[in-house]
Amino acid sequence: MDEATREQIQTLIDTNPIVVFMKGNKNFPKCGFSATVVEVMKRVAVDYQDVNILEHPDLREGLKEFSSWPTFPQIYISGKFIGGCDILRDMFTSGELEPLVREAVAK
Amino acid sequence: MIETAALEERIRAGIPDATHVQVVDLRGGDHFQATVVAPSFAGMTRVAQHQSVYRALGELMGGPVHALAIATHTPESWARVLK
Repeated sequence: MDEATREQIQTLIDTNPIVVFMKGNKNFPKCGFSATVVEVMKRVAVDYQDVNILEHPDLREGLKEFSSWPTFPQIYISGKFIGGCDILRDMFTSGELEPLVREAVAK
Repeated sequence: MIETAALEERIRAGIPDATHVQVVDLRGGDHFQATVVAPSFAGMTRVAQHQSVYRALGELMGGPVHALAIATHTPESWARVLK
């Protein structure tokens, strides 16, 4: 990953409380896993920045290394990597997600 | 197409203390579900546990493996699942 890509990712996660790197966008997710994340975020009713990695091949490749995570979607909350679809859904079910996103957007 | 046994072998090699590794083919040989139980998962976040499974599979991810659902457990939490 080149330095410009690393900086671009860092800026995105630093300047947005919640970022979802996904296939498609929040209105038109183009993969079942990304659609699940959109659905979970609807349930917790917070706004977030979506980034369509299908339109940004450099970010798509860079994020695999940046997050040590080979698949999408990837979710960042308060600059911290949360994981993918499964972890987000589990955190929603266990009740961990809601306070985390509230705290993130309140900052 | 890759065999589930080959994926299990890679996970065992990457997580040597794993006491249980099971990979199931969810759809036509490119969507899989992996269950991994290892004492070394204790004290690790879920993200870190999943990252260690991805690390074990290395270049297979995004290649023959299009998607992988991961369930990680310590022997203690696995015992609760089996109950």
